[in-house]
Amino acid sequence: MNPIASTLQLFTGVQARWMGCAPEPTQRIYFANHTSHFDFLVLWSVLPDKLRCNTTAVAAKDYWMKGPFRKWLALKVFKVALIERENVTRKNNPVVQLKAVLDRGSSLIIFPEGTRSFDRQLHEFKSGIYHLARSRSDVDLVPTFLDNCNRVLPKGEFIPLPMLCSVTFGTPIRLQPKETKEEFLNRARLALEECAKL
Amino acid sequence: MLGTASLIGWILSKLLKDPKQQEVVANLNSRTNAWWVMVVTFFIAIGLGRKGSIILFCLVSFLALREFITLTPTTRGDHRVLFWVFFVLNPIQYLLLAINWVSLFLIFIPVYAYLWIPIRNAIAGDTNDFLARTAKIQWALMVCVYFVSYAPALLDLHAPGYEHQGAKLLCFFVFVVQISDVLQYVFGKLFGKHKIAPLVSPNKTVEGFLGGIGSAVALGASLYWMTPFNPWQAALMALAITLMGFAGGLVMSAIKRDRGVKDYGVLIPGHGGMMDRIDSLCFAAPIFYHLTRFFFVH
Repeated sequence: MNPIASTLQLFTGVQARWMGCAPEPTQRIYFANHTSHFDFLVLWSVLPDKLRCNTTAVAAKDYWMKGPFRKWLALKVFKVALIERENVTRKNNPVVQLKAVLDRGSSLIIFPEGTRSFDRQLHEFKSGIYHLARSRSDVDLVPTFLDNCNRVLPKGEFIPLPMLCSVTFGTPIRLQPKETKEEFLNRARLALEECAKL
Repeated sequence: MLGTASLIGWILSKLLKDPKQQEVVANLNSRTNAWWVMVVTFFIAIGLGRKGSIILFCLVSFLALREFITLTPTTRGDHRVLFWVFFVLNPIQYLLLAINWVSLFLIFIPVYAYLWIPIRNAIAGDTNDFLARTAKIQWALMVCVYFVSYAPALLDLHAPGYEHQGAKLLCFFVFVVQISDVLQYVFGKLFGKHKIAPLVSPNKTVEGFLGGIGSAVALGASLYWMTPFNPWQAALMALAITLMGFAGGLVMSAIKRDRGVKDYGVLIPGHGGMMDRIDSLCFAAPIFYHLTRFFFVH
């Protein structure tokens, strides 16, 4: 029982809805909509203990490395994978970084939109998820819809409010042979939109 | 009482085979179970004494606020005000009760908090839908915090010959409110034919209303010994409590329909959340408090 996860769960009263798959400790890539820096905290806290200890969330390096408190939270408490968003080069390519996380056996939480969206619309998916799906075609990709997290900590605020959130886990998808990048990204985005309606 | 209810529920679930009847029994049973949880928590709080009860109701207000605000379409512009509501205004209201500053407790929310909310919202600068947003937050604060806080305030009412027995008064109040709810449901299921307000709350019937209120008033009158009232006064008080309780349930139903929700939250399984449990209590508490204070406390 992780006390921080329990506190987060109590604070947001978050409900986990496993609609398309079960909470088993199999290796998966959870891809979710992105509305707030609170997103991965809610998703992380709602996973059962057995799953949570082997799941790494992705977080933006430019936000979480600002200041010693955030750095400590990101690296020591939540143990996220900090990825570069602004100046992506060969050396700090996030896809390489995340492939290494998967190779370790850990599950992954990623946000393919790449940036927080203001409204309920899903933005275009960045291509990282496609490259990950191609390199590890044996891992299920689970569409995960986070509801209400944008109201807990909207962009620009720094005090979270207790709002009832919910996390819906949809039916997993995998990259089909001969599927192009555009087709896959579209299909993944539709899967997440479907998840939102469940 | 709960033990009897549980026993009856268990027997019924074995006897009734019809699936529709089984559904009703299941509903009653899950209500009874959730009630056990609440009663145990309640007794723990009473055991902890006055401060414990105040803290318990502060928590109840927090949970109710959280559900209510989640259902209210607040915007980014409301974020700062809501911080004040959750973390400052709610605790202060209960703190005032704890330190027995009754005169401020009675006006803190309707005067000071009511003024602060639009002021803070105006400073925040978002004028979109300003009046509606301000009003919704003010309403949430009134229903979830102010009205609910009248329940533990009952603990401090001292009538001549009835000093320091507020705990019994609170028990009487909570019992009458909630038994009225349950009995209205039971009478409604058994005899319900004519709907009262079908567009607002399709489950409320005239038969349920009359049977439930009538029996709750009779039960309340029989409990006069717990209170500073004689039997017919206890009956009238119980009538006031149950009527306001019914009104509260009706109003909160109307709000739910407006928001398109059937249950406020999924906090307590089988109940639909904190708001659904306290919707009767929050309208009845202030009336009962003030009636008792006006007529019996000198």
